[in-house]
Amino acid sequence: MAGSGITSNSRKPRSRFPLAWRVTLGYMVLMLGLPLIALFSKAFSTSPGEFWRIATAPIALSAYEVTFVTALIAACFNGVFGTIVAWVLVKYEFPGRRLIDAIVDLPFALPTAVAGLTLATVYSKTGWVGGLLAPLGIKLAYTRLGVMIAMLFTSLPFVVRTVEPVLAEMEKDMEEAAWSLGASRAQTFWQVSLPPLLPAISTGVALGFSRAVGEFGSTVMVASNTPFKDLVAPVLIFQRLEQYDVVGATVIGCVLLMISLTLLISINLLQAWGKRYAD
Amino acid sequence: MLTNQQKSSGKIRIILITIAISYLFLILLAPAVNVFWQAFSKGFGPFLEVFSQADFISAVGLTFFVAAIVVPINSVFGLCAAWAIARHRFFGRSLVISLLDLPFSISPVVAGVMMILLYGNRGWFGGWLSTVGVKVIFGVPGIIIATAFVTMPFVAREVIPVLEEIGPEQEEAARTLGAKDWQIFWHVTLPNIRWGLLYGVILTNARAMGEFGAVSVVSGNIARKTQTLPLFVEESYKQYATTSAFAASVLLALLGLVTLVLKLFLERQLASKQKDD
Repeated sequence: MAGSGITSNSRKPRSRFPLAWRVTLGYMVLMLGLPLIALFSKAFSTSPGEFWRIATAPIALSAYEVTFVTALIAACFNGVFGTIVAWVLVKYEFPGRRLIDAIVDLPFALPTAVAGLTLATVYSKTGWVGGLLAPLGIKLAYTRLGVMIAMLFTSLPFVVRTVEPVLAEMEKDMEEAAWSLGASRAQTFWQVSLPPLLPAISTGVALGFSRAVGEFGSTVMVASNTPFKDLVAPVLIFQRLEQYDVVGATVIGCVLLMISLTLLISINLLQAWGKRYAD
Repeated sequence: MLTNQQKSSGKIRIILITIAISYLFLILLAPAVNVFWQAFSKGFGPFLEVFSQADFISAVGLTFFVAAIVVPINSVFGLCAAWAIARHRFFGRSLVISLLDLPFSISPVVAGVMMILLYGNRGWFGGWLSTVGVKVIFGVPGIIIATAFVTMPFVAREVIPVLEEIGPEQEEAARTLGAKDWQIFWHVTLPNIRWGLLYGVILTNARAMGEFGAVSVVSGNIARKTQTLPLFVEESYKQYATTSAFAASVLLALLGLVTLVLKLFLERQLASKQKDD
């Protein structure tokens, strides 16, 4: 940025820490820093053995497994279908396209408790969709599949909204050049169109996965919350609190937080990869 | 050869559009329509009955009250943070940006646990708070703090890119002409960032009114005292009062729809502003 050199020079004689800075730092320390420190210090005030025992109790391990495996499947599923949705929205013109485009943001706007309530109804054995699958013996609501549907709902916009702008900027000439050189449609897609999209798709999948892992409102209502079956980690933390087991909640919360932090770092790395691709 | 390609491209087009629309219908649209369907399935009478329930009225009041406090606080913070981050290059800047995003990656339930560790009876400030006589956890202050935590990044996130795009030149010009900080903010910066700011405020408000996880951990869910609208939805559902649950959901879904429409409008404003520049 051309002006930044001038900016810092002209500001030097003025206060080094203007009001906006103090407000920002003060608020972040009070509202974000302190809670984080409180969580870590409480979790590590237990002995390492105790921490390990709570963090790897069978019920906790099964909750991680349900959470992460289901969230990963949901995010990857959305990686495919979200990309198709983005592709259709960017490349094709059809009646209702704008409406469809707006609907994609629904999970951001609809409160999670409402999402959970309506998903539990639509996918129950008497619901619109669940009713169609019930005769086949497939139960959706109050099972692990229900958890996955809630996660599909929450993570979909992340994939669509990260892939869309990249697709829109992609040159159509490249695809046309590939066709005119005799490449088949499939070859063009796999070798020309897809590679530049991969960073965006994986960023979207990672963002969606990260949100699905922490999701509580919709999963708690669409699952039966039975341990070893469809109990996810955030709900397990909530149940620990209900039993006044603050240490248990803190330890499992700490594990979940550390995983979120790892995900955040990998998302930043993925975005850096995407930028390198764009340049 | 070319006609073959065109033919197959037409077919692929139809298949892809069908897949995309069916998927969105199954995952998003059917559940959204179902909210209204269920709420009115027994007619308008039972639907309207809910609106006279004392629990419901108090839940609506609390939801608005919490948003009325959290949204202004987080907007001021967001503006300060955006300005500090967009107008300065300093060591650890990208770390601050990542930290600012943290509330989005932390599970709302974990956020609630943190608040209990700080403000609960046995928490860091618990002893002091009880001597002062303020009940944060299982009280309204706890709901406010938890909501403020989960909505912290929205405004800054939307304003930072706008500030970075307009650059500091206009502000510098105003400063050399002798304008004071507040004058620069009101007359130069604010008009430039107003659409981005409004966008962030609307997202903050939607999340503040709809937050469930963090609030349900700290609120104690006491009807007519600490029960917000999303908590009322869950409670009614658990009590098999399905019509009440869906009637309250209609209100929250309408909030979501208004948010979506405003979002579309603001996105168009932001896009046309970029074209002007």
